[in-house]
Amino acid sequence: MNKILTTLFLSLTTYFSFGQEVEMANIMRSNGKIYVVVAVVLILFLGFFFYLLSVDKKVSQLENKINKK
Amino acid sequence: MKKCWWKILTIILIIYTLIQGFLGATPSLPILNETIRNLYFHVTIWFSMVILLFFSMIYSIKYLGNFNLKNDLIANECVNTGVFLGLLGILTGMLWANFTWGKPWVNDPKLNGAAITMLVYLAYIVLRSSISDNEKTARISAIYNIFAFSMMLVFIFVLPRLTDSLHPGNGGNPAFSQYDLDNNMRAVFYPAVIGWTLLGFWITQIRIRIKQIKNQLNNE
Repeated sequence: MNKILTTLFLSLTTYFSFGQEVEMANIMRSNGKIYVVVAVVLILFLGFFFYLLSVDKKVSQLENKINKK
Repeated sequence: MKKCWWKILTIILIIYTLIQGFLGATPSLPILNETIRNLYFHVTIWFSMVILLFFSMIYSIKYLGNFNLKNDLIANECVNTGVFLGLLGILTGMLWANFTWGKPWVNDPKLNGAAITMLVYLAYIVLRSSISDNEKTARISAIYNIFAFSMMLVFIFVLPRLTDSLHPGNGGNPAFSQYDLDNNMRAVFYPAVIGWTLLGFWITQIRIRIKQIKNQLNNE
């Protein structure tokens, strides 16, 4: 899981740094600040996915409990 | 967690869709402007609905072949998720139409077809809940499900092509090129379809497993 997250993060940073001017540390303010929206949506979906994964795990635990009986 | 590689694929594909969907290059078209990006979200939701409903029909046919109630359960949950995606598709479509076609609901054969399809599948859900005997429910709803899927094909894919529709690719020519779907957009569109479809299957799978646990508890 951690590996996937790091690769995702790295690919994100390379994406953002692509085609920049000499100006620095301005990525989040460029292009009408669309990157801020993208970041918000990404945080939301990562949250949803973690939630979905935890629900999935809980169902698995229930299944194991029932099968043990 | 059961066989989770495809769940990780779901997450990767959807995150790719979200990043490329907002930031990727798109053709500049009049009226559509930036809303062409809805192609990755609104249109793909409909695609995944059709795929889910197709799987549902396959499992209904399987049920009629071996009368195994598990097949009926899968068919039922696929329809539930499919209808949910369809309702999301209608809502997002209305929002998009409001800003490109001027009204949330124009008298377009594809819109009305989609609405009728939703009603046909809602009738499936009502039909199921109105029969108390399990075997009977499964048998009747499996037959109805096959009928419902063929109705959907007619209403969404056939009738809009016989007349004129505001939706691209209708009114005679079923070509995708009318979307001005260039290669940049294709590279996002197809992964997006797969991603949203897999998400649909994921939710369906969890619902199926919860139902199975419930059934087992009821049997004890």
